[in-house]
Amino acid sequence: MDWQGQKLAEQIMQVLLLVFAVVSLVAGYVLGSFQTMMLVYAGGVTLTTLITVPNWPFFNRHPLKWLDPGEAEKYPKPQVAVSSKKKGTKK
Amino acid sequence: MHSFGYRLNGLLTFSVTILAIMCAIASLSDNLNTPSPSAEIQVMNINWFQKQPQGNDEVSLTMNISADLQTLFTWNTKQLFIFVAAEYETPKNSLNQVSLWDAIIPAKEHAKFWIHTSNKYRFVDQGNNLRGKEFNLTLHWHVMPKTGKMFADKIVLTGYSFPEEYR
Repeated sequence: MDWQGQKLAEQIMQVLLLVFAVVSLVAGYVLGSFQTMMLVYAGGVTLTTLITVPNWPFFNRHPLKWLDPGEAEKYPKPQVAVSSKKKGTKK
Repeated sequence: MHSFGYRLNGLLTFSVTILAIMCAIASLSDNLNTPSPSAEIQVMNINWFQKQPQGNDEVSLTMNISADLQTLFTWNTKQLFIFVAAEYETPKNSLNQVSLWDAIIPAKEHAKFWIHTSNKYRFVDQGNNLRGKEFNLTLHWHVMPKTGKMFADKIVLTGYSFPEEYR
């Protein structure tokens, strides 16, 4: 998942859970059944899990551009300087 | 959202928090209910009325209890606990309450009922004050919810009295 995908997944998760909470409350109250509310909400949580938790392709539409290995070799890593890196006051 | 486990954890904790808020709202919705219960208790017979060896009065009576408590049930009601108590005043205690019978009503369909029964629990006074005494029979109920606040209320029925003499 890329950065945009992470943000999208979190937003979808919050919106879906809130919507299902309201829908299940209203459904349970109108039908007079507490069990209806719990079942609708449980279904909603499962659906939200399936949509937002796995790493679906549509969350990866702005993929990160990692550096190509060929390019990386042109710029070798700097050597870690051990001896000169003492306390700077000594001169 | 950096990994599968991170997203799953976030979703689960958020959904459980929302569930707690939903249960609180469900409990608050019980306040919208306006119940209109009714009840009647007839004392059919005083079976016996004696003074115990220790000096306390004891009475056994048969009652016919009929009630319609259907309007107390809401979508958030698990069961109704009801009991009948006899209330009277004595020189020693300003209020005596003796529980005579109780029941659990599990569903709305069972809330309209009548029952012919003797007292389930013994009716023993603290002393020997009951001869000729007037008393009230009160039907108490506790509306036990599936989640949230429990409501309790009662109906007071007056006009009952004990016989003047032991029998």
